[in-house]
This record gives sequence, C-alpha cells and structure tokens, in this order.
Amino acid sequence: MSTNVQLAIFEGPLDLLLHLIKKNEVSITDIPIATITEQYLATLELMQNLNLDVAGEFLVMAATLIHIKSRMLLPAESGETDEDEGVDPREDLVRRLLEYQRFKDAATELEQRELLTRDVFVRSTSLTEEAAAPGFREVSLFELLTALRRVIERLPKDDAHEVILEKITVREKMTLILDLLRARGNLLFEALFSEVKSRMEIVVTFLAMLELVKMRAIRIFQEALNGPIHIEAAVGIEQAAERVAMPETEEGKNGTSGS
Amino acid sequence: MERADLKSIVESLLFVADGPLTLQRLAEVLEGSARDEIGSVLEELQAELENERRGVRLVEVAGGYQLRTPKVNADWVKKLFGGRPPRMSRATLETLAIIAYRQPVTRAEIEAIRGVDVDGVVSTLLERNLIRAVARKDVPGRPFLYGTTPEFLQLFNLKDLSHLPTLKEMEEITLPEVQGDSLPLESTEES
Repeated sequence: MSTNVQLAIFEGPLDLLLHLIKKNEVSITDIPIATITEQYLATLELMQNLNLDVAGEFLVMAATLIHIKSRMLLPAESGETDEDEGVDPREDLVRRLLEYQRFKDAATELEQRELLTRDVFVRSTSLTEEAAAPGFREVSLFELLTALRRVIERLPKDDAHEVILEKITVREKMTLILDLLRARGNLLFEALFSEVKSRMEIVVTFLAMLELVKMRAIRIFQEALNGPIHIEAAVGIEQAAERVAMPETEEGKNGTSGS
Repeated sequence: MERADLKSIVESLLFVADGPLTLQRLAEVLEGSARDEIGSVLEELQAELENERRGVRLVEVAGGYQLRTPKVNADWVKKLFGGRPPRMSRATLETLAIIAYRQPVTRAEIEAIRGVDVDGVVSTLLERNLIRAVARKDVPGRPFLYGTTPEFLQLFNLKDLSHLPTLKEMEEITLPEVQGDSLPLESTEES
C-alpha cells in the first residue's frame, strides 16, 4: 500500500492515553500502567498497519510508557524505603495528562457557549463566514480505530491464502461512499463495511472515509460515547463529488491504492 | 434630546453597525448626550428586548454592544440561511483554549501542553483572525507570542477575556498529594 494519509488534524499521544483511560474506566492518577501501555502500543501498531502517518510524538510517548512500566517493577530505591516510598514514576505523566485534561475541559466549555453563526446571529453575518461546532459529539480518530478493529475482527478467519489482486482504489471507494450518502443522507459506520470481504478492502474503505472527512465532504459523529458511529453528508459533498469524479489529476496521486 | 428619541437612535445605530459598538463610539456619534445617559438607555433597551422576548437581543460582546438573535431562534435562522455552519475541530478548540487562557503564549508552549505539533492549527486560527501574534518572546529564536483577537470574543459571545469560564484548578481534577519536591524521571523530558 502506498497510501499515506496525513493525520495532523487528529490529536496526539496524550489524547490517545486519555481515551484509553476513559475506556478502561480507570483514574488518571492511578493508571494501571501495564494495561494502558499494552493498549497504547496495540493502537499504535494498528495505525502503522494502516500506513497512517504516526507522528514522532506517539513513539516518544511509547518509550515513556515502557520506561515507567519498567520503573514500576523495580523495588523502591534504597534509602527511601518506608514512609513515602520515593516518587511515583507515573507522576510526571499524570501531571501532563491533568494539565491537558484541563484545557480539553476548557475547550468543551468554550464550545458550549452561544457561538456566533451556530446559536446566535448578527445582522450581516453569512452563515458560512465563521466556524461553529456540530450538535453531536465528534468522533476521535481513536474511536474510529476501535470501531475499525471490531470490523477487522469480524472477518471470517480464512487460512487458505488466496491472492486475488483486487483493484479497488481509495478513489473508487470514495465515489461509492459519496453515492451512498447522496442517495440516503446518512449511514452507519458498520454498514460501510457490511459487504466488505477482505482486510485490504476494509483498509481501503477506511482510508477513503478519512479522505472524505479531510475534504469536508462527510461528517462522522456519535450521539453517545461508545454509541453507534454515524456518517453523514457535509457541506463539501458536492464539491468533493466533482473532484473525485474527475479523471486522475493531481489529487489522484494521493488517493490510489491497490494490492 | 428626549430620552425616547435617544433610545430610538441608539437602536438604529446598533442595527446598522457592522460590529459591536463601544460606548465610546456611541458617545462620539451622539455628541451632546452624556455617557451615563447613553449607558442607561442601553440598559433599558437590553431589558426591554429581553422582557418582551424579542427576536433580537442586546448583548455586550468584545468590549461593545451588539444586536444578536437569541439562541431559541437559532434553528429558524439557520433554516433561512440553509446549509450547515462549518465546524470547528477539537484540535482547533483545544489550541484556542490554551491560547485564550495562557496568552501571550508561544507555539512551543502550546505544543508542550497538547503533546503534538500545532503548526497547522495555529495557521488556521491566524487565517480566521481568531488569534494574532502579539509580540516576540525574549528567548533564543525570538518566537512569536500569540493572543486572541476581538473576533475570538465575538465568536464565543464574550464581553472580555475576564469573562472566560474559570479554568479548573489542577487540584480540582484530583491530583494526588505530592510529597516534597518532585523527582523527574531521567528520560521522560519532552523536547
């Protein structure tokens, strides 16, 4: 696979950690480091398998987690055994997570204010002038990856390794998704993958979906944490449809893939 | 000038203005009327629009006064405009929150909190005029320091920066008691 989707628009390692902490329903201040490290590394591996551009920060954090895990296994250092048994190796990370969580909370509070062009309007504003946020919660990349893993796990385990050269490109999948959305308005994430039979096709479908998000042709949201993920047509859909329909122009080099 | 006339004129000025009108600007236009009087007319107008549940309300935003539609009518206004307003991503909101609360702040400082590169987001915010470079920090490389703009206040319906929702204290998010001075791990320092 040659596809390389830039994911700079998505969040970083701290966000992934907070996501895992929430998913496991554990406390930031008492992170079960072995479990979280394992899940963190598994997510990273999945991202790499997808050829997603895993930023260096994710790897630095992986190293940090492994280091903390190893320190937790060591007996308390000599000299400071009893009362306060030295410093918790997780302390520094906990501080960073809390600090980041503060600003995530602040961002949520900002988003809940009466936003111009979403909740309130002034005489001369056109609706498209400013940015506003959707009513549903946005789905993070990590939630998408979790959903993707579920889809992959559902694939029938077929040991016979058939090599079929499927010529499905990301561009073709994008067209397919756009057609479905234009006909129906919205879809469930899982429905996109219902007909898909190979791992490669799953990956191509997933990448096509990400490309469309980037083009603002579709919107991915959830009504509740861990609820079903919805995909819906967004403002840029017609424009995107035109661009995707165009014969291989410069955009083409970004969107093709095969096996 | 009769008070009723003054109120009527103030309403007209607010209606035609492109952005929030400051008391200062109103006083310049309405020469002859005392600021106090204009201020009390504004208050009266604000209460009237509110009490009569009118379709526009007088809001104090970005250091001035502006007529805005109330939130309860949002769906109808959106229907008139058609389409969906472009959305603001989490990354954008978080970066904006950090800049709003920590300003003036450098890119590196924002990155230290978010744990991820923010170049793209910062450029977008600059383009949208929600932040601006306010100065350069006196450290090697002299990086830009960023702060929020009046447009930021307008977008989030804020009278001024002191009206930002209070940032939770770290302790409130449950930090365990830290004894003595902390001993950082040797190999975890971020760049």
